[in-house]
Amino acid sequence: MKKIKDIFKFKKQSAGLVCDVNPPSAYGSDIITVKNLTKQFMGIKAIDDLTVNFPQAKTIGLIGANGSGKTTLVNILTGMLFPDSGEITVRDKKRTHIKSSELRKYRIARTFQDGRLIEQMSVIDNLLLPVAENNLIESLKEVSTKDYQDRLEKVLEITSLTEHKNKNAEELSYGLRKLLEIGRVLMQDADIYFFDEPFSGLFPEIVEQVCEIICGLQSQGKTIVIIEHNMSLIKRLCNYTIVLNHGKLLAEGIPEEVLQNKAVRESYLGI
Amino acid sequence: MEYLINLAILFGIYSMLALSLNMLIGMGGLVSLAQAAFYGIGAYATAIGMTSLGLGFFTTIILGIVVNAILAFVVGKILARFQGDYYAIVSAGLSIIVFSILQNWKSVTHGPLGIFGIGKPEIGSYTFYSNTAFLGLVMVFTVAFYMLYQWINKSSFGRVLKALREDEHLTHVMGYKTKQYKSVIFVLSAALSGIAGAFFASYIAFIDPSSFQLKEGIFLFTIIIVGGLSSAIGSVVGALILISLPEVLRFVGLPYETAAQLQQMIYGAMLLLMMIFKPQGLFGKYRM
Repeated sequence: MKKIKDIFKFKKQSAGLVCDVNPPSAYGSDIITVKNLTKQFMGIKAIDDLTVNFPQAKTIGLIGANGSGKTTLVNILTGMLFPDSGEITVRDKKRTHIKSSELRKYRIARTFQDGRLIEQMSVIDNLLLPVAENNLIESLKEVSTKDYQDRLEKVLEITSLTEHKNKNAEELSYGLRKLLEIGRVLMQDADIYFFDEPFSGLFPEIVEQVCEIICGLQSQGKTIVIIEHNMSLIKRLCNYTIVLNHGKLLAEGIPEEVLQNKAVRESYLGI
Repeated sequence: MEYLINLAILFGIYSMLALSLNMLIGMGGLVSLAQAAFYGIGAYATAIGMTSLGLGFFTTIILGIVVNAILAFVVGKILARFQGDYYAIVSAGLSIIVFSILQNWKSVTHGPLGIFGIGKPEIGSYTFYSNTAFLGLVMVFTVAFYMLYQWINKSSFGRVLKALREDEHLTHVMGYKTKQYKSVIFVLSAALSGIAGAFFASYIAFIDPSSFQLKEGIFLFTIIIVGGLSSAIGSVVGALILISLPEVLRFVGLPYETAAQLQQMIYGAMLLLMMIFKPQGLFGKYRM
């Protein structure tokens, strides 16, 4: 834990870890804007004419009831799905959709709700996959991993996977698998990180470890989007919240205010 | 001694075939049954090149590589759209088509009569007439194939192949143009099989289409399943076992009339037992 603290430099408070709400990069601009986005599945609108902005260098909690369109939105923003209509702007570049193969170019990284790993590949190879040479000819020439060694060792350390580095992903426990997936996005040194339910099913100790990792990214001025149902974690980690309901924007703003919003309390929190 | 050299040459040729197929199936997860087709095209390129066109052995190897690469590039584009079982079925279709062409394009392939009088390799004024010299040449190529396999396996290219065999979509998300990777490994594997075919044609000195049927593709598949998927040493050991097995059975004293059928049954039983007890094969690093 101490090592993680040294690497990411976060501040700890008595009530548990709280992210530094003043990361180095200046806010103000939106790194992603979504305009009139619609996505239907068999006639049902998962995203319904949605317009929403993702402010730069903030940790954004994307919340909403099951089926509210959170994962669909993240899937569209990471090129896993193409929208039916609408416009997406990433760093001032407008486009109708994002191609998943171009995420590297956009410096976007993501984890998956169901934890997608290459099961019969070692931890090291899983970590190297998103950063190794992706030009076909160059990838044939690249047989050494020494260019990635420093980052690899650092990520292995942060995710407590050093002693498991040569095991296949399928041999890891659930918690370590979650950490491996998070390690994979850390390897990418992206600007925008999407975490889809990163805490689900984890022991409290590993929850703290993941919190530390996310705080570390925030301290570096990264934009982080977290899909999460646990409101206490949203309050601890996020300094911006977007609430979706039936594919539409229900509310957005700082978590304390949004969570007091009457519509949010009625439709999502059920109070 | 000649008997053992004969076995060693066949072992070398089948090791080359197994290594090239394991690149495709073991590393890339692309279950192709078309390998016998490319093996046959390589063999026929050498046979036709040496007997009808008067080309040297090594020139015909290049001819076989070029023909296989062009065909594999075109077919690979189509195959890249398929995954899993569909990939296997479409590739089996290719094998059947190539066999039919070899069987029926009589003006070029001589059909079922085959082509005989295929010459031996030559380097300068030296001709590899003796089986010992031929074995030496086959072993040089087998070692080169082995080293190439290991290089690809260690490279980032190999890592991408191993990732896409399990989750092509995720590999795509990681920034790789997966269809290109599938296409390139298919072309490479086909070209390498053609080299093995050239050695086979030159060694046997006579070829006909019966050596390159779909069942030969299944036999090659059996070699890598037994030896181990995604393993260079597994490819070689698999070839050793499957090439030696009929010879071992010969000394068991099986009745002549049923020996061939029993051999097929033993191959089938080996596949079955492997799938149940050791699905990754003897030295394999990947389970289908």
